[in-house]
Amino acid sequence: MSGILNSSIGRKFAMALSALFLMVFLLQHFSINILSVLSPDTFNDVSHFMGTFWVIQYLLQPVLIIGVIFHFVMGFVLEIKNNKARQISYAKNNGGANSTWMSRNMIWSGGFILVFMIIHFIDFWIPELNTKFVVGDMSGLVDPNNIESGYRYHEELVHKFVPIWRVALYCVGFIFLALHLLHGFNSSFQSVGANNKYTKGLKGFSKIYAIGIPLGFIFIALFHHFNH
Amino acid sequence: MNLTLKIWRQKNANDKGKMVDYKISDVSPDMSFLEMLDVLNEQLINSGDEPVAFDHDCREGICGMCSLYINGEAHGPDRGVTTCQLHMRMFKDGDTIYIEPFRAKAFPVIKDLVVDRSAFDRIQHAGGFISVNTSGNTIDANAIPVNKEDADEAFSAATCIGCGACVASCKNSSAMLFVGAKVSQFALLPQGKVEATDRVLNMVKQMDDEGFGNCTNTGACEVECPKGISLENIARMNREYLTASLKG
Repeated sequence: MSGILNSSIGRKFAMALSALFLMVFLLQHFSINILSVLSPDTFNDVSHFMGTFWVIQYLLQPVLIIGVIFHFVMGFVLEIKNNKARQISYAKNNGGANSTWMSRNMIWSGGFILVFMIIHFIDFWIPELNTKFVVGDMSGLVDPNNIESGYRYHEELVHKFVPIWRVALYCVGFIFLALHLLHGFNSSFQSVGANNKYTKGLKGFSKIYAIGIPLGFIFIALFHHFNH
Repeated sequence: MNLTLKIWRQKNANDKGKMVDYKISDVSPDMSFLEMLDVLNEQLINSGDEPVAFDHDCREGICGMCSLYINGEAHGPDRGVTTCQLHMRMFKDGDTIYIEPFRAKAFPVIKDLVVDRSAFDRIQHAGGFISVNTSGNTIDANAIPVNKEDADEAFSAATCIGCGACVASCKNSSAMLFVGAKVSQFALLPQGKVEATDRVLNMVKQMDDEGFGNCTNTGACEVECPKGISLENIARMNREYLTASLKG
């Protein structure tokens, strides 16, 4: 058991588990964000709860960060190891004849998602950490000295999507996310050994998830841009 | 048919190697690809040149020797065939055809288009067998009841001829379809279950030691496999391996 992560299958299994965990998180992230369109007040309440409840902040958030870092680092490590397994490339290789573009380019879609996530953290997560832990304002209010001012979360979100360049950037990021998920969702189930009579149904669901979730995020960004 | 062939030439394992162009004319569309190479070699010998070295044995699609990467695909553009079953009618007059050896660190080139696939043999030696008392007391395998579905799947996995097309097609040079098939053909049958734990652990360890890459589930191996070995065998190997790791 101790050496499982030293084996190819063990690393593949760990990669798949981190992917499944991140896909669950993505669904939860989308479920909260869509509230910003459906009900700004509920979005504010849920955001304040997520941002201040200690179990989420100090237990689940670190697990999420570790999961994200692990997935990216392991992805790059596996890519380097796999490249070493073929030292001379083919003069002519027709990869499109037997596999999808998404499956062959996970490192590129993943790399673009990493860049997008860094931008996303700079936009939202770092300012949030600054407000709460540097400034020391845990109130979540627009004006910390005025309880009547209401929560700031919805206002901040809408404000971020005013510039069209940021909306365009996020749309591109979500397109790469969709490309990554179109292969990654099914691939993670195959890696944990789940290829059976349910696979066909799972493939259908994976396409709905891989296209639906990023499309939903794009809709949220566009909605706030055109309705600010 | 008149064709231009771009063929990988490499004098020996230490030579750097390069692609060399050849012209060949009057190729019959009914020839197999290997027969076309026979004709080319006859031309080369008659003109005093070194013939192209390539592997072949049965020429019936069951030995798995003819390991050629043709126009960017293992065993060429046809499906469910080895190179000896690939016919020249798959190409058009005037085509340029790239012919390369299977590429993988674990499959070093010996000469021209011939590669050393003994890594597969070593993986088999690590666990691709069952231990049976053959001293005269052997129980007839047919006396042991086997679920029909399991028997069919085991047989399907056992049709793997170890040609290496899976490794050649995989962008990571992964051997997991081969090892998955070899693990599955035993794991599904009662005789194979006794040594199942050691088998999968040892075969995967040997696969990793040989320098094959990791599977990223592109599915290229399944498409290019001349025997149609399914990706389900990789999933089964993953399950067997993870269960064996917890036990061991």
